[in-house]
Amino acid sequence: MMDATTLILAGNRLALARLLTQVENDSPAGRAALAELFPHTGKAHLIGVTGAPGTGKSSLVNQLALHYRKTENKKVAIIAVDPSSPFTGGAVLGDRVRMRDLSGDDGVFIRSMASRGSVGGIAQTTAAFAQVFDAAGFEIVIIETVGAGQSEVDIARLAHTTLVVEAPGLGDDIQAIKAGILEIADVLVINKADRPGVEHTERALRSTLALAHPTPRVYRHHGQAMTVMVPAGAKNLPALEQDPSAAQSDMAIWIPPINKTVATEGKGIAEVAESIAKHAAHLHVTGDWASRDRARLRSELEASLQAALMSRFFENIQESKYNEMVEQVVGRTLSPHEAARKLLNGNSTQENV
Amino acid sequence: MSEHKIRVLVAKPGLDGHDRGAKVVARALRDAGMEVIYTGLRQTPEMIAEAALQEDVDVVGLSILSGAHMALAPRILELLQANGQDKVRVFIGGIVPDEDMPRLKEIGITGIYGPGASTEDIVKDIREAMK
Repeated sequence: MMDATTLILAGNRLALARLLTQVENDSPAGRAALAELFPHTGKAHLIGVTGAPGTGKSSLVNQLALHYRKTENKKVAIIAVDPSSPFTGGAVLGDRVRMRDLSGDDGVFIRSMASRGSVGGIAQTTAAFAQVFDAAGFEIVIIETVGAGQSEVDIARLAHTTLVVEAPGLGDDIQAIKAGILEIADVLVINKADRPGVEHTERALRSTLALAHPTPRVYRHHGQAMTVMVPAGAKNLPALEQDPSAAQSDMAIWIPPINKTVATEGKGIAEVAESIAKHAAHLHVTGDWASRDRARLRSELEASLQAALMSRFFENIQESKYNEMVEQVVGRTLSPHEAARKLLNGNSTQENV
Repeated sequence: MSEHKIRVLVAKPGLDGHDRGAKVVARALRDAGMEVIYTGLRQTPEMIAEAALQEDVDVVGLSILSGAHMALAPRILELLQANGQDKVRVFIGGIVPDEDMPRLKEIGITGIYGPGASTEDIVKDIREAMK
């Protein structure tokens, strides 16, 4: 019998689907296959799609995937994340409802995933899913986040290109200047652009962009700043107000373009695809592709390390001792921080930083 | 680390446009801690089998009110098997006359639920079938 890795590299869809389940459940078999597939990754363009609930992310993803299939003949994988119930752990994953145009095409693979307790807009194993699809030969991997509010920005760490989808009438100008989701946009999409108020939304976004850029991308990860992009031409910034097209042509700095779409009718999709392609070219020219890759893999390594350290710690600690600490914290005689330090230092009660 | 969650595809094959029952069931399964992939109206057997494969589900729940169950259910079972998903359990909810039930059970439908069936029973039966 051929093993899962061989089958997946050969394009077997059942093996692919089953491995995704193993990976999602973090099983030993899943981990082993991931390790075998990892050398085959690094080829796909990971595209994140995020935005508030109801802005039309799924419909946009549906149309984008159709575009890549029809005009570029690229294989497309879609990872659609929806929230899990914090109470029962159950979930209703409904993104496929908007993606029925893609059925019957072997060049497309759609997988729904529940967030399973993660709060960053994607699930813990979404990055691993992307790696599996990458290794399986999907050239485009589109990751649709849960309907994200303002700070679900994990997707920017995972994707090469992040689309933030807005729709007319969702918020006033102050929403546009808050930190968070708008800052992570590489491409801004105003969907439902046939609705009233679209000019207002566009104006608000444009003025926000004029204020915000260029921003060096520094991601905070475990309190440590990781600089991902420092614009090479930061000394002579092109003035946005004077000539936006000049700013666009300067490859050193990426100004997120604003594209208007009506996803349900397929309007404006080609322009979005063009913006994505331009962004990819920009990443390659500036070396950002490589540095984003590095930052992503490094944060993945850190997350793995963190999980491994935690499980090693719990293997070595007596449960009674741990529970005793919990009691002390609950009884307010010890702060969680002190308790953690004590647990790590064994029995020693002396101050030890 | 994390336990296996029961994954269920809820689909409505055929042409009738009433999906309220399917939504109620989807919600009940969610509340029972399952992950429900909801695919919406007017799915062909091919679309359902394809989604079941991509999502690697344990269970397919079909909502059929049109009376076309004797055509749709065997076709879906056949496609699931052709895809190598012979372990997937298939349940039907909707209007199924008593005389059709033995035949549906015989071809491999695990459970059939008519009007008034309790969602608790459905949840219980799915859990039982997963053992």
